[in-house]
Amino acid sequence: MFEKILIANRGEIACRVIKTARRMGIATVAVYSDADRNALHVSMADEAVHIGPAPASESYIVIDRILEAIRATGAQAVHPGYGFLSENPKFAQALEAAGVAFIGPPKGAIEAMGDKITSKKLAQEAGVSTVPGYMGLIADADEAVKISGEIGYPVMLKASAGGGGKGMRIAWNDDEAREGFQSSKNEAASSFGDDRIFIEKFVTQPRHIEIQVLCDAHGNGIYLGERECSIQRRNQKVIEEAPSPFLDAETRKRMGEQAVALAHAVGYASAGTVEFIVDGARNFYFLEMNTRLQVEHPVTELITGIDLVEQMIRVAAGERLPIAQDDVKLKGWAMESRLYAEDPYRGFLPSIGRLSRYRPPQEVAAADHAVRNDTGVFEGGEISMYYDPMIAKLCTWAPTREEAIEGMRVALDSFEVEGIGHNLPFLSAVMDHPKFVAGDITTAFIAEEYPDGFDGVRLPGDALRRVAAAVAAMHRVAEIRRARISGRMGNHERKVGSDWVVVAQGESFALSIAADRDGATVTFADGTTHRVASAWTPGDSLARLDIDGTTLVLKVESRATGFRIRTRGADMNVAVYSPRHAELAALMPEKQAPDTTKFLLCPMPGLIVKVDVAEGEEVQEGQALCTVEAMKMENILRAERKAVVSRINAGPGDSLAVDDIIMEFE
Amino acid sequence: MKDILQELDARRAAARLGGGQKRIDAQHAKGKLTARERIDLLLDEGSFEEFDTFVAHRCTDFGMEDSRPHGDGVVTGWGTVNGRMVYVFSQDFTVFGGSLSETHAQKICKIMDMAMQNGAPVIGINDSGGARIQEGVASLAGYAEVFQRNIMASGVIPQISVIMGPCAGGAVYSPAMTDFIFMVKDSSYMFVTGPDVVKTVTNEQVTAEELGGATTHTRKSSVADAAFENDVETLAEVRRLVDFLPLSNRERAPVRPFFDDPGRIEESLDTLIPDNPNQPYDMKELIVKTADEGDFYELQAEFAKNIITGFIRLEGQTVGVVANQPMVLAGCLDIDSSRKAARFVRFCDAFEIPILTFVDVPGFLPGTSQEFGGVIKHGAKLLFAFGEATVPKVTVITRKAYGGAYDVMSSKHLRGDFNYAWPTAQIAVMGAKGATEILYRAELDDAEKIAGRTREYEARFANPFVAAERGFIDEVIMPHSTRRRVARAFASLRGKKQSNPWKKHDNIPL
Repeated sequence: MFEKILIANRGEIACRVIKTARRMGIATVAVYSDADRNALHVSMADEAVHIGPAPASESYIVIDRILEAIRATGAQAVHPGYGFLSENPKFAQALEAAGVAFIGPPKGAIEAMGDKITSKKLAQEAGVSTVPGYMGLIADADEAVKISGEIGYPVMLKASAGGGGKGMRIAWNDDEAREGFQSSKNEAASSFGDDRIFIEKFVTQPRHIEIQVLCDAHGNGIYLGERECSIQRRNQKVIEEAPSPFLDAETRKRMGEQAVALAHAVGYASAGTVEFIVDGARNFYFLEMNTRLQVEHPVTELITGIDLVEQMIRVAAGERLPIAQDDVKLKGWAMESRLYAEDPYRGFLPSIGRLSRYRPPQEVAAADHAVRNDTGVFEGGEISMYYDPMIAKLCTWAPTREEAIEGMRVALDSFEVEGIGHNLPFLSAVMDHPKFVAGDITTAFIAEEYPDGFDGVRLPGDALRRVAAAVAAMHRVAEIRRARISGRMGNHERKVGSDWVVVAQGESFALSIAADRDGATVTFADGTTHRVASAWTPGDSLARLDIDGTTLVLKVESRATGFRIRTRGADMNVAVYSPRHAELAALMPEKQAPDTTKFLLCPMPGLIVKVDVAEGEEVQEGQALCTVEAMKMENILRAERKAVVSRINAGPGDSLAVDDIIMEFE
Repeated sequence: MKDILQELDARRAAARLGGGQKRIDAQHAKGKLTARERIDLLLDEGSFEEFDTFVAHRCTDFGMEDSRPHGDGVVTGWGTVNGRMVYVFSQDFTVFGGSLSETHAQKICKIMDMAMQNGAPVIGINDSGGARIQEGVASLAGYAEVFQRNIMASGVIPQISVIMGPCAGGAVYSPAMTDFIFMVKDSSYMFVTGPDVVKTVTNEQVTAEELGGATTHTRKSSVADAAFENDVETLAEVRRLVDFLPLSNRERAPVRPFFDDPGRIEESLDTLIPDNPNQPYDMKELIVKTADEGDFYELQAEFAKNIITGFIRLEGQTVGVVANQPMVLAGCLDIDSSRKAARFVRFCDAFEIPILTFVDVPGFLPGTSQEFGGVIKHGAKLLFAFGEATVPKVTVITRKAYGGAYDVMSSKHLRGDFNYAWPTAQIAVMGAKGATEILYRAELDDAEKIAGRTREYEARFANPFVAAERGFIDEVIMPHSTRRRVARAFASLRGKKQSNPWKKHDNIPL
């Protein structure tokens, strides 16, 4: 076995690999760029080597830099993680030349699978189901109809040079194929100057399901079940699970066997992933093979109990797989949520800055549930603009899918992140989405269910009542504390009442609280009651409550008239009033949020570098208005619609906060 | 007998109606509450005891004798906020537009006198059209009586003004002399002369909101300390503020049960200071992570943002915080920030509230506008305020403490009790670059040499140890232990006694 390995990566995956290596008694070497000097993976590793400036192109993907670090530290093997150099055959070759083991597949397998056309051909030869299609030149509409018929409708006609949906048509019958061929051809000619068209099977209700394979260098290969990765936003995976709620045992077996056959066909030896697209009738077609450890590998580890990183290291050291296919048992259900430094309320724009608070939920590995958080950041750390915005992968495991989802809901609510924008509320929203809960998902889920983006969750009635009951009980505790301040008039202390009105998300709940030693019984005006128990004390930023035997976790910030509460994807001010105060509060006018369409607001804290327009100027949709520099990145702000600039409030050199008004329109 | 008791009930009911249901509805339609409703929000439920319910004006001019409503446009009395006594007056806009008459003023004066006698804060809710014109000079006299009491009460009992409607002309000077002014957004305004007079005299076109609304006074003029969305929120925030304040200068600031470990370690503070000395960071993170339960009551948050002022609690006890904010103007001192902080420091000192100062200051802001505006005298206010303060003073230098600004920011030399520095502190006359350019003027043409000199200077002075060698810094502390260190420092100072020489009063450079 190796005595020392180098991890040619950063962030959570570097930390993940270090953990396993440490458990195996292998010393670790981290590499870091200027921006990662204080990063978590650097402090976790036994040694760390600086490899260059912040941009990955000048550090993490410079093969020579990594080789130097290997030489300097005497590492015997390199784990490449994912991304960066992980699927670069030149890197594998360079390591081979240097006599250092690559903890990944042979160079040939990387090369073979790295090319879309070659990999598809190899897959076909290995008996793997591929998307039926015709790659050759199509002479005319008649031929297009004939080919479409052979493939079987629906089909997709695509421009060879295409992209962005241009020159693309879906045909469900001969007529549409004839028509579509002509219009695609015309569009392709005008858009790309290349009117070549090809046809392939159009996969309806597509799901992204992938098979994890594991092979050694002695010809043994197994598959470790599938991962369902259909919840994606613009091809970026957001939530993954294993197993898939859609596959049956028979399909799983067929997919798994085909995946292993493909791996064998290219002489694969390591962990790898064969991606499939699966249609509504459980027909599956090969997409590509990823010759590396996948981001979402933890869900497979959680249902198989196999440490994939450990197996990769062992295979690279020449060991044989310790298990055969029959030994692989899938147990329970695992979910993974990817925590991104992206602001869901601002179109998922990347968010950078200091993590002023970062408290992941407690990791658990119990017989009936597990919580695992793979992370590469820490409280007080900096999220830089140079790398992937993913900062953590939160996984839960439980015997059933339902329980794994519930575990994830609680874990997401227990995750505290402040200082940067993040997608926790969005992840929570998906966990409560009826279609997701039913397992009724496709790769279009996010685009279809959130067509206008995400602006927070309106809690359903019963969930809101539970929050109201919880908050009322908490408020009572906070008020009792307030009434215990020093300097009170003796015998004339304030008596904290038991009747309260909770106002949240536009709804008002009158209720009364009867507290006892073990908690409180909250009775609503309609007579329904909830039992609330919690160890929350004022100032705790997280309230973990037991409500009628189920767990509710709230992120809490104190407000003069109640709290700001974040839970289950909702972010709301929850006011708690005495009945008299509630009457008066009801008289307060609903203030209209200022009409921001007439303003250009600064989307991030930054410095105005340039203003491109003048007062009185008419601007067109998409026209550049000004440039804001934030963390050394220049962001060009553009007009959302045609308008006339009436006033400019900021000039070059001005430092602005979020939502400061840069200019106004007529 | 029963009839007589019923007569009282009837009179009280009439008094409670103020200017009548129609005017109450009109007040509500403007998004404003009535004088009594506001008192209900401000005080503990059922704690209000009214004075002078039946006081009526004595004016007989302009037909006033025909209308003599109970209370005369102001509700006065006392009650409790979380069980602690406060006096309150609340002007009733439904009665003669809340205008101030001789008797109206007398009611206010009565509770102010009692507040002084009994040692409790006065909270004034202002919603008044101004002087009762029908009463002429009697009304003006009434204002002056209130002013004189504001002046006498200053530094004896906390005075809080809540502006919840118009407050114009002479009326503004009573709030102006109180300790805190809160406003309600969109429904309150304050000015000495209104938009009409402004138009006539200066030909400026301006709305009441622009001239004296909450935005103007919290961002531009600094007249107001904070503004909130509506009456309910504003009065809840007043209650929150009262919980930080002592009842009078005869009492200590209140202590509240707390649920936060005074020894809490904040590892993340070790990375608060960026590697690049010119990169800003948010000082509020340090304040919030030092405070009990992360609870920070910021004052003048929208004005002179290069300095932060407000209250926190440490071990349940009120502490005033003054901190440079590197996010704005690099945290430098200037006219506005000096004035803002100086007034806050003097409030704390007057009411025995200990002061915690966080320092990251590159110096005073240079420029003609500053010099012409008198930054010398304004900056001196803050220096004066820190220097005269005899309350417990704990200072933590996080990064820069340059030049005269180092002295000003509650330095050891101004009788600082505990002066701590983080290892990242740089205490020097100025930044390394500026210093070498002066010290080695002759070598200015040789960039390499100057760079070497800069490094030399940095190595010597860009740290807290030169100051620590001289005892100007009592101890260099780890950022993560700031809360524990500061809490223990204040704990050790609970018995502090210090006094200034006898004087009639000082002559702070106003």
